[in-house]
Amino acid sequence: MEMTKRWVSLYVENQVGVLAKISGLFSGKSYNMQSLTVGETEDPTVSRMTIGMLSDDITFEQIKKQLNRCVEVIKVVDFTVAETRMREILFIKVGGCSLADKEEIFRIAQVFKLDVVDYRGNTLLVECIKSEDDNNEVVELFNRAFPSRIEVVRGGNVAIERA
Amino acid sequence: MAIKGTELFVKALIEEGVDTLFGYPGGQAIDLFDALYDQDKIEVILPRHEQALIHAADGYARSTGKVGVCLVTSGPGATNLVTGIATANYDSVPLVCFTGQVPLNLMGNDAFQEVDIVGVTRGICKYAVTVRKREDLPRIIKEAFYIASTGRPGPVVVDLPKDIQQEMGTEEYPTMVNIRGYKPNAAVNMRQIKKAVRLLQEAKKPLFLIGGGVNIAHANKEMTKLVEKTNVPIITTIMGKGAISSQHKMYLGNIGIHGSYAANHAVTDCDLLFSIGTRFNDRITGKTSEFAKNATIVHIDVDAASISKNIAVDVPIVADAKLAIESILDVLQKKTMEVPYVSEREEWVKQLLGWKQKYPLRMKQQKGLTPEKVLRVINKRYKDSIIVTDVGQNQLWTTQYIDLDENRQLLTSGGLGTMGYGFPAAMGAQLGNPEKRVIAISGDGGFQMNIQEMATAVVLELPVILIVFNNGYLGNVRQWQELYFNKRYSSTCLRYRKSCERDCMNPDKCCPKYTPDFVKLAESYDAKGIRVEKEEDIEKAFAFADENKKGPTIIEFIIDPKANVWPMVPAGNTLDNMIMDC
Repeated sequence: MEMTKRWVSLYVENQVGVLAKISGLFSGKSYNMQSLTVGETEDPTVSRMTIGMLSDDITFEQIKKQLNRCVEVIKVVDFTVAETRMREILFIKVGGCSLADKEEIFRIAQVFKLDVVDYRGNTLLVECIKSEDDNNEVVELFNRAFPSRIEVVRGGNVAIERA
Repeated sequence: MAIKGTELFVKALIEEGVDTLFGYPGGQAIDLFDALYDQDKIEVILPRHEQALIHAADGYARSTGKVGVCLVTSGPGATNLVTGIATANYDSVPLVCFTGQVPLNLMGNDAFQEVDIVGVTRGICKYAVTVRKREDLPRIIKEAFYIASTGRPGPVVVDLPKDIQQEMGTEEYPTMVNIRGYKPNAAVNMRQIKKAVRLLQEAKKPLFLIGGGVNIAHANKEMTKLVEKTNVPIITTIMGKGAISSQHKMYLGNIGIHGSYAANHAVTDCDLLFSIGTRFNDRITGKTSEFAKNATIVHIDVDAASISKNIAVDVPIVADAKLAIESILDVLQKKTMEVPYVSEREEWVKQLLGWKQKYPLRMKQQKGLTPEKVLRVINKRYKDSIIVTDVGQNQLWTTQYIDLDENRQLLTSGGLGTMGYGFPAAMGAQLGNPEKRVIAISGDGGFQMNIQEMATAVVLELPVILIVFNNGYLGNVRQWQELYFNKRYSSTCLRYRKSCERDCMNPDKCCPKYTPDFVKLAESYDAKGIRVEKEEDIEKAFAFADENKKGPTIIEFIIDPKANVWPMVPAGNTLDNMIMDC
């Protein structure tokens, strides 16, 4: 069966162990989780998770049911079909930059609307908040332009239904 | 007035109607046991091992329908519960397990007897929680009982740090529960029910497949009514056996790898599989791609996650079994619906009942002492009884040959298949049902996994009859080794001694003496024991056990080591591809 990328958003109790419960459910049932982000909502007793996974239709239905079954899960929202706004934060640090490299990085930043947020000696730090796919492209671009000199940190997607 | 956490604990249990608590004390639970010392509403049972303790609570819960309650200390006390928690989780048994814990400020420090039991049990229970504030204690206990006993029941773990136990706080115990993430389904979708009823009326070859959900919902009367009203044949899983009297004309037997011929062929040939309260476990489906492949499948289950998990279902209905069956009966009552294929249906029923008659379950060995004969004696002798099995051949034979109805109940570890379950669970069942005859059926392997409970049964004067089918082997594995591993009896002979030849392949061989001697063992525990080697002594042994009303009796039946469980569906095969016997 066809494996596709899916997204769910969870409203969960903001308690010790809930993150372990959710991630443990994925590993225990051999579900293929790709990213998970979590943070407190406007209500400090509730956290919201955004989970990206690769699965077929049948497994995905099971995953949603199993998540719903957890006492700590207040609500499961399927973002595969919903219209959402989804963003991921990405940092790229480039070391050993020559003057030309630095100019190149500023040009790339201008074209792709990235922010150069730190600059020390020969090292530049770029910040980027885009969709996961766009971020993939940015990483690929930097990898090609500055092979073996970049350091990448990605935050995983956060998502919300559109207004 | 402010009271200690331990006093609130006792108050909460009394409010929840707990009359029996299975407990084993220790450093981090000593305050709780001290508080229990002051009251006389709750009987505190002290088994000899925490694993047996939780199985006893499980047997108590399954046989009474009440929540089973455990109280153990931190660390090893808590980890010894793990197998029992998983056992209860698989078979949907309502338990609340309280575990002592080191004080909050020591948690995470690798303190003496500290284990993160909530972390350990997270994947094998319905809910697990550590109480971190004294003010939360009443609410959490209330929620624990509610979660354990509603929806699809299951075990809940409540971890109680020592300082929470000692802290002064509210004496209020809540009466209401409101958990925003947990709202068990209390209704049934009538549109789906009507759709299912229509399918039931219009099918040519309809069949009921009933799982443990119907027994848990106590919907046996309703189920019988439904079968009689629709005249549709019924098969069960092991956990569903007893949903209708096993003597009922329309009952064809268990489905599965050791199911009956009629049941397995019925499911293969039916055009409507009307299933209630089963999760289509691999033990019953055989090769899933071929399972009931000509059938439209209706599936009613209280747990949405059990629907279409293993087998794709055409009409899913999330509901409690009793509520759903009552709704079906309602629809049938109100509407006179046409049954368009009357003659086809008659033909179908005739065919199935014909198979049932032609291929009855019977052991290959007919001479001498056999488990089948022992079970037939139990059927005749103990009408009002609770039968509790261990796991292995003893369990399979029992689920094949025991007759169940409203007066005779079966408890068995069906999902997890926990050896060592039988005897302690029988003790729990006896505690909850003092007026009933409780019979534990074990093998010589499984009995030894919780043999220490002889002491508990003796001191509590529990008249449990403990049947040990002794074949000197771990028989179920031995059967597989005989059939699929060239008779290489690796680690299954319980008579094996160091002086034996290492690769003995002969269960018939003159072997070293069996150890322990179960009759002497019974005597050393101040219980009664009797060994039976001949068929004609079966009745006498039970008569001997019946005389012992003040304690347990072991009846050791020496059975043929080569006796196998038949019929059998070889692994990976379709259900109709059965070996009847060889």
